Amino acid sequence: MSETSASDEILTTADGKPLKEALAKAQFFAKRRAFILVLPLLAFILLTFVMPIGQMLHRSVKNEGFTVHTDVTTGVRTPIMTELSIWFDQNPSGTVPDEAAYTALRNDIGALDELRSAGSAGTRINYLRAGSRSLFTKAARKWDKMEAPYQDAFYDLDDEWADATLWAAMRQASSSYTFDFYLAAMDYTRDGDGSVTKVNENRQVYIKLFVRTLFLSLLITFMTFILAYPIAHLLATLPLRHSNILMILVLLPFWTSLLVRTTSWMVLLQSQGVVNDAMVGVGILADESRLQMMYNQTGTVIAMTHILLPFMVLPLYSVMRPINPSYVRAARSLGATSWTAFRRIYFPQTVPGIGAGALLVFILAVGYYITPALVGGADGQLISNLIAFHMQKSLNWSLAAALASLLLGGILLLYWLYDRLVGIDNLKLG
Amino acid sequence: MTDLANDQSFVKFDRVQKSYDGEVLVVKDLNLSLPKGEFLTMLGPSGSGKTTCLMMLAGFETATHGEILLDGSPINNIPPHKRGIGMVFQNYALFPHMTVGENLSFPLEVRGMDKSVREEKIKRALDMVQMGDFINRRPAQLSGGQQQRIALSRALVFEPELVLMDEPLGALDKQLREQLQFEITRLAHDLGITTVYVTHDQTEALTMSDRVAVFEDGRIQQLAPPDKLYEEPENSFVAQFIGENNTLEGVVTAIKDNNLCEIKLDDGEIIDANAVNVSKVGERSRVSIRPERVEMNKDRLQPGAHTLKAEVMEFIYMGDMFRTRLRVAGKDDFVVKTRNAPDQQRLEPGTQIDIGWLPEDCRALDA
Amino acid sequence: MKLRTALMATVFTSAAFAANAQEVTVMSWGGAYTKSQVEAYHKPFTAQTGIKVNSVDADNPAAPLKAQVEAGNVSIDVADVEFSDAIRLCDEGLLEEIDPSILTDAPDGTSAADDFIDGAINDCSVGNIVWTTLIAYDTNVFSDNAPSTMADFFDTETYPGKRGMRKSPKAMLEMALMGDGVPASEVYDLLETEEGIDQAFAKLDSIKDDIVWWEAGAQPPQLLADGEVAMTIVWNGRIFNAIASEGQPFALIWDGQIYDLDLFVVPKGAPNKDEAMEFIKFATSTGPLAEQASWIPYGPARVSSIARVGTFHNDDSIDMGEHMPTAPANLTNALQNDFEFWADMDSELSERFNAWLAN
Repeated sequence: MSETSASDEILTTADGKPLKEALAKAQFFAKRRAFILVLPLLAFILLTFVMPIGQMLHRSVKNEGFTVHTDVTTGVRTPIMTELSIWFDQNPSGTVPDEAAYTALRNDIGALDELRSAGSAGTRINYLRAGSRSLFTKAARKWDKMEAPYQDAFYDLDDEWADATLWAAMRQASSSYTFDFYLAAMDYTRDGDGSVTKVNENRQVYIKLFVRTLFLSLLITFMTFILAYPIAHLLATLPLRHSNILMILVLLPFWTSLLVRTTSWMVLLQSQGVVNDAMVGVGILADESRLQMMYNQTGTVIAMTHILLPFMVLPLYSVMRPINPSYVRAARSLGATSWTAFRRIYFPQTVPGIGAGALLVFILAVGYYITPALVGGADGQLISNLIAFHMQKSLNWSLAAALASLLLGGILLLYWLYDRLVGIDNLKLG
Repeated sequence: MTDLANDQSFVKFDRVQKSYDGEVLVVKDLNLSLPKGEFLTMLGPSGSGKTTCLMMLAGFETATHGEILLDGSPINNIPPHKRGIGMVFQNYALFPHMTVGENLSFPLEVRGMDKSVREEKIKRALDMVQMGDFINRRPAQLSGGQQQRIALSRALVFEPELVLMDEPLGALDKQLREQLQFEITRLAHDLGITTVYVTHDQTEALTMSDRVAVFEDGRIQQLAPPDKLYEEPENSFVAQFIGENNTLEGVVTAIKDNNLCEIKLDDGEIIDANAVNVSKVGERSRVSIRPERVEMNKDRLQPGAHTLKAEVMEFIYMGDMFRTRLRVAGKDDFVVKTRNAPDQQRLEPGTQIDIGWLPEDCRALDA
Repeated sequence: MKLRTALMATVFTSAAFAANAQEVTVMSWGGAYTKSQVEAYHKPFTAQTGIKVNSVDADNPAAPLKAQVEAGNVSIDVADVEFSDAIRLCDEGLLEEIDPSILTDAPDGTSAADDFIDGAINDCSVGNIVWTTLIAYDTNVFSDNAPSTMADFFDTETYPGKRGMRKSPKAMLEMALMGDGVPASEVYDLLETEEGIDQAFAKLDSIKDDIVWWEAGAQPPQLLADGEVAMTIVWNGRIFNAIASEGQPFALIWDGQIYDLDLFVVPKGAPNKDEAMEFIKFATSTGPLAEQASWIPYGPARVSSIARVGTFHNDDSIDMGEHMPTAPANLTNALQNDFEFWADMDSELSERFNAWLAN
């Protein structure tokens, strides 16, 4: 309720300086000191957060596999496929490769052999066109025995060298920058003539996994909410000395390593595990019809719900604790049943905690991969498992970066939606 | 139940006891009844059981033993929302996520009233506390006093016959408090509602109530109109708790006629006093005299008054009043209050004077 | 001359050891396999040279190796990798070349080049063992009707129970074809075609709901022991150890198995390159290779070592020779892994495999 001054006159200090200027000057030193104090944090965030993300975004559009060779020990960078790229520049897309093109190719492959980088150049083409890698490694072994005309020499080596899609792929890869990895990350690819098409149905996997990740994360968020709400309420209403003990139980999972927790879920859930044994022992289940609770989506949902539960409990607890019991009492005295009092008075006041917890759990769930990898089997895998696969196994880092960037973009989009629908200032972590 | 129903009381506590842990009784054998329209204040220090009584009446706590009756029927098993009791809390308890209008609309909505009826009632309730312009504000945008007015009108908007107030003015500054004390009593009387008001502030209790129940140690120590409570406290706790009080200790040496007795104070002086809470010779007693009933001007002493020697310890100027601390009968916390009149002298510390009072103004209470 | 070099080396190494502890970091596959290498290579190597050997494990050392070299932050000196990975990593310039002349000759004087089996000596890698991927089953589950072929693995009607498989297309696709009746000799020709790949996936699909996927080599014996699976694809050394050392009631099926070489490689930029070469030279000599075979039934990559393979290290009644992937009796319907096929098709088939898994 601040009052705005009606006058347009510039206010001045006693000695006639404009008031705003004097204020800025007076605050300058305080502000500078505050800035110096946050500087280490700023530098830390830049170094450990902004830069890696920038690098990831960069890697998702840049791949030098077919343009530059970097010696891993000396760091010397040597341009490769130089002659061929000149030919690509001179001839538009779709030109049938002529003898000049094959000559350029032969010389470039010769250079590759000397740099020992035929494999990595071939791998780059292999991303775009399967089965191309060995064409390069084989050619690199035999280039010095080739004789002009090189077109025929290449055909003799392998008639796939005449394939238009191979040449389209090489043209694509001859530029260091490309959006092809984003195409691949969305189950698209390029034809021989360079046009974008959907990949073969039996190779479409990423969109499906993005959707599944979204769905399972929402499900897990919902499950944690259902479980955490009563616990948080209990914690918030119990006398402090009881609630502290309960709080320790809630936080206990935080103190055990993620791997240990996940493995203990495996012990519990596997078909010869504790839960199944107990149910068979009690007679609920027949020995032959043991439940498959692991190595599928059920396992992923159960284990992740448990692991992420504290992230929902804590924000809920922190908004519930300060809610004075007199609100509900007031509602009751005003004639509301306990359900109405909960629904209309208590619940709305916990919404900021629900928002914070849901956002926290959802974002963590979207990026989880150890747990689904261990208990998820085949259909409990999330998109992050494929990112990890491309990071660690197939080593196609550009594709991994493209997938991760899409995931990041998706999360930002959801965050924006949340802000529009619920309002981000309606968020309370405690 | 018929004998209870025939009773004129609107609210009745009948031998009510309450224990939280099964070991200590917070409320010990409470008997209390209020006629319709009465403004009753439960006054007492914290932990005396007054708030527990209020919560039992509201339905948030259940009595461990005994019955609570509302308009003749027992309400022990009726949930709070069916009791139709308006309630005002110390922290206002305005729903922070609703506007003022929505807050007031809430009790009407849960009673299934139509929108037009609701709007009419809300407007009337807000006008009643001069807050009609604030209908679209959020509680956080209001000052403490404004919030409490809204809380009050919310408690009244559904026209309850009984309103409970739990230290509603405790968080406000003095001036606002006095203003609201007045408004609350005016409203309560104008609307003819029965009010149970809990406070630990004795001034509030004295200025607002028809009757005051002084609570201590889980019991009502005295239940009386304010003037009676102040002037005729029945025991030394009440005397001490209500208003300012001077206490002299001694032993009863004789019981006389006219409800008087003779007390030998600990320093040997012998005085007469009204025998309120003493019955036999040899009993120890605390004698209570209100500061404004002590006369320091010999000439004004009425016949029958007896005098004591005193030494001035301190003189405090309080504007409308003078406050003089004296050493009397070996105790130096004896206070005398005098009106700031032109002929009233300002005493220097160290001055020896004579003071006196009437035996009727001096009450011999329990030790 | 030789004595003098040895003396010099000893003096030098011990001096260097005193001044600056020499060490070499070897990455392998963990579990019983790493154990066999520690016993047969690491300990004697340290005893002889004073160079300390650090042993680290990975599910597949090729992956961290490539990651480390590409990131320019190499901490391993020697890695034990599969054939196709050794060739691929070499082609991509991520490995140091290994001079074949450093390899020791056989005790009978046969040159190293002649003594090593085919494919074991390459530009950047030296083979150490031949291992195989095959089927193991729980004899308690199939006590009256024991499975005996690859086709039985895919027949969950006759042989009910969960199946353990490695979460990778490598070897699983070949086995699916063999399980579908394709002879070992025709498998890769068929897999080169789109129809062959479809056929393999169709076969896998027929038992998809019964498959429990594993990633680390130590998992399948555990899955069998826990009763989580009735039959599993497994590396022969691991399962042999579960049977011989732990007395588990498991049996192996030597049909349609796929054997492959494991080779030592040195990543580009290895911090202790000289020690790494020294280690490889020692480990691939006749004695240690033969010694390793007494700890785990993986066939030595040298002819001279095969002749020396004896009995299990703690049980003289077990003749290790019979359990070798290279034993003639075990090779009736076996397939050698085609490194070139996988170097070419790995990413393509992995993608399809992932898509199939996710469906």
